[in-house]
Amino acid sequence: MKIEAIRAWIDERLSISTLTAMAQKKEVPVHRHSIWYYFGGMTLFLFVVQVVTGILLLLYYRPSAETAFESVQFIITEVPFGWLIRSIHSWSANLLIGTLFIHMFSVFFMKAYRSPREITWVTGALLLFIFLGFGFSGYLLPWNKLAFFATKVGTDIAGVIPGVGHFMLRFLRGGDDVTGATLTRFYGFHVAVLPAITTVLLGVHALLVQLHGMSVPPGLAGKSVKKMKFVPNFLLRDLIGWILAIGVLAALAALFPWELGEKADAFASAPAGIKPEWYFLFMFETLKLVPAKILTVDGEVIAILAFSLGGMAWVLVPFFDKATTGRRRSLAFTIAGLVIVTYMVAMTVYGFVM
Amino acid sequence: MDRQQNQAERLWRARLARVLHGPHAHAIFRIALPLAIILILFSPAPAQKKSSCIECHVKLEDTRLSAPAKLFDNDIHRGRGLSCNDCHGGDPNADTKESAKDPGKGYLGKPKTADIPAYCGKCHSDANLMKRFNPSLRVDQEREYYTSVHGKLLKTGEQRVATCVSCHSVHGIRAISDPLSSVYPSNVAETCSKCHGSADYMRGFGIPSDQFDKYKKSVHANAIYVKQDLSAPTCNDCHGNHGASPPGIASVANVCGTCHGRQAELFQVSPHKAAFDQRQFGECIKCHSNHFIAKPGDEMIGTGERSVCITCHTAGDKGFIAAGLMRGRIDELMGSIDKSAEILTRAERAGMEVSRPKFEMKEATDALTHARVLIHSSSTVEVDKVVAPGLAASAKGYQAGVGALAERSFRRKGLAVSLVFILFLAVLVYLKVKQIESRPTT
Repeated sequence: MKIEAIRAWIDERLSISTLTAMAQKKEVPVHRHSIWYYFGGMTLFLFVVQVVTGILLLLYYRPSAETAFESVQFIITEVPFGWLIRSIHSWSANLLIGTLFIHMFSVFFMKAYRSPREITWVTGALLLFIFLGFGFSGYLLPWNKLAFFATKVGTDIAGVIPGVGHFMLRFLRGGDDVTGATLTRFYGFHVAVLPAITTVLLGVHALLVQLHGMSVPPGLAGKSVKKMKFVPNFLLRDLIGWILAIGVLAALAALFPWELGEKADAFASAPAGIKPEWYFLFMFETLKLVPAKILTVDGEVIAILAFSLGGMAWVLVPFFDKATTGRRRSLAFTIAGLVIVTYMVAMTVYGFVM
Repeated sequence: MDRQQNQAERLWRARLARVLHGPHAHAIFRIALPLAIILILFSPAPAQKKSSCIECHVKLEDTRLSAPAKLFDNDIHRGRGLSCNDCHGGDPNADTKESAKDPGKGYLGKPKTADIPAYCGKCHSDANLMKRFNPSLRVDQEREYYTSVHGKLLKTGEQRVATCVSCHSVHGIRAISDPLSSVYPSNVAETCSKCHGSADYMRGFGIPSDQFDKYKKSVHANAIYVKQDLSAPTCNDCHGNHGASPPGIASVANVCGTCHGRQAELFQVSPHKAAFDQRQFGECIKCHSNHFIAKPGDEMIGTGERSVCITCHTAGDKGFIAAGLMRGRIDELMGSIDKSAEILTRAERAGMEVSRPKFEMKEATDALTHARVLIHSSSTVEVDKVVAPGLAASAKGYQAGVGALAERSFRRKGLAVSLVFILFLAVLVYLKVKQIESRPTT
C-alpha cells in the first residue's frame, strides 16, 4: 500500500506511467538484418562505461605536464583496482569507436537515414566526430612519449588547413608547441566541452530514435514485418550483449592491460614508427602516400581538404541521396559506401602491416 | 720640369670639367656610375701578395723541392697570412733565385733538426705576437719541449728524436681541431707510432716498439676509434705532448687519476700504496698494464685464475682472503641484480606496470658500480658499506617483481571467477528471454 502511494506520488509529478505506456507500445522490426539494431545500444552502453570509468579516473588524475604521467602511474599501481578502471576506460574507448563505425555503416547500408530520419543521421554522424575528438584528446592525457608525439603529428596536420590552419594549431596546442598547456586544454575538451556537446547530440539522437522508431531496410518497406516488443524482449537481448561486453572488457583489461609507456619528454627524439590510434590510421597513411605536390598545390593540403569535404558530405548524405525513398534504394550511394569502407579497412590494414 | 707638370695638371683638370659639366654629363652619371659600382662589387678579390718562392718551387720537378710549395696551400700559417719568408727569411718579391735567397736579406734556408724548436719558438714562444692570431694559445711549448725526453736527447746531440715538425708535419700544418691533422686526437697514436712503432728506428733507445699494437687493443683505443669518443686518452694524454716523457713509477696513479680520480684517491690511502712503493711497482699499471689496458672485469679481482690479485697474494694471506671476500660481495650483488631484473622483465612482459621498481633498481646498479670502484681501497669494509644498501635495493626490486606477478595471477583468477558469473548472468537473461518469447502472444 505504501509503495503504491509513493508510485502514485511520483507519477503525479513525472508522468512515469505515460513513459511506461509508450515503452510498452514500442516495437522493433524482426528481419534478417535485425542484428544491426543492437550496435546502437551497444555503443550507448560503452559510452556509459566510459562515463563511469572516466569519473572514477578523475578522482586521482592530475592534469599537468608535471603530474599527469605520475598520477596515471599511481592509478594503475597503487589505487585498488585502478589498473582495471584505467584499462577498461582505454579498451572501452576503442571498442566504442569500433561499434560506432559498425552502427553508422549499418545505418548507411540499410538506408535508415532516409526521410524522415535525416536529423537522426546528422546527429549520429556528428557524434562520430565528437567521439573521434574524445579519442584524440584522451590519448594525450597519460602524457606518455607515444601520445606526445602522436599529438604533435596530429595537430601539425590540423595546422596545414589553408587559412584557418595556423589558428587551429595554436588553438589546439595552446601555443606553438605541444606543452603542458596542450595537456590542460585537451583535458578540458575531454571532460567538459565534448561531454556537454555529446549530451545534447545524444539526447536529440535518442529522442528521434524513439520518435521515429526503428527503420526497416527499403526492401522490406511496406511489407508486413514481424515485430518484437522493445520492453522487455529487445531490451533483455540488449542486456545480454551488454553483460557479454563487460566480460570482454574484463578479459581485455586483465590479460592485456593498457600500457602506460614512458613519460613524455619534449627534448627526446620521436620514437620510430610512430602511429596514431587505429581509427585515424587510414587518414594518416593517406597523408603519407599522397604526392608532395599535385599541380603546384601541396598534396597534404589537398588530402586534408578532401577529408574535410568528405566528412561534411558524409554528415549531409540524407540530403544528397534523393534517390532512396520508400522502397527504392540508390545503388550509387551503396557503391560509394562500399568503396569508402574498403578504402578505410585496406588503409588501416596497410598502416598496421607497414 | 715643374712647369711641364703644372701644364699637364691644368690640361687634366680642364678635361675633367668638360666631362662633368658638358652636354653628356647626365648620360655619364646614369651609365658609368652604376657600371663602376657593379665592377667594384663583382671584381675578383685582390691577388695575394707575391711569393716568388712558391711560384718557382711549385714548378720544380724534384718533388723534394716542389712538395713544400704544394703542401703549403693547406697550411694553417698560410691561412693566417704568413708565407715562406716568415720562417725561412729571404725576399719573396725577388725574381731570381740568387736575390730571393740572399743571406743579406735574412735568408735562413732549411733549419737543422737541432734548431727546429727555436725556429718555431721564434713566434710560438712570443706571447705578444701569438696574441694577434690566437690569444688563448699556449706559448710555453718550446720550454716544455726541452723537459721532454725528446728535447733532452736533442740537447745531447741526438738527431733521431721528435721535434715540432715530426708530430705537426711541416708545410702542411693543420689546426689540431682539424680531423686531417696528424695531432687530431684520433690520429695522435698513429703519429707517435711512426717512430715508436718501428723496432729499427727505436733500436738503441732501449724502449719497446709494441706500444701502438697494444694500445690498439685497449679499452681506450676502443673508446676513441670505435665509439668516436675524442675525450678518450691517447698517447699525449698520459705522456704529455710537448713535454712527452714516460710517467715515473710514483706518478702513474696521478696520471691515471686525471680521469680516474676516485680510483686514484682510493689507491693512495690503500695498504697497496706503501707495498707498491716499497717494491717499486708502477701503481695502476701493475694490475691494469699500461698501453694494453683491457676493459676491467670482475674476474680481475678475487682468487680465480684470471685474478690479478694472485700475482702477488698466495692462499691464506690477508690480501688473498680480502680479495676473495670483495669478489664474493660483488658477485652476490650482481647475482641479486640479475635475479631482480629477470623477474621485473617477466612482469613487464606480462603487461604489468613495473617502471617505477625498474627505475629504483638503478640504486642497486649504482651500488655495484661504486663497489667495483671501491675495491681500489682494498678494504672489505668499504666495499660492504655500498654492497649492503645495493642488496637491499635489489631485494626491493625483486619483491616488486614478485608482487607484480602475484597481482597478475590474482587478476587472472579474478577474471575467471568474474567470467563465470558474467556468463551465468547472460545465460539467465537469455533463458528469461526464451521464457518470455515462448508465452503465447495475446
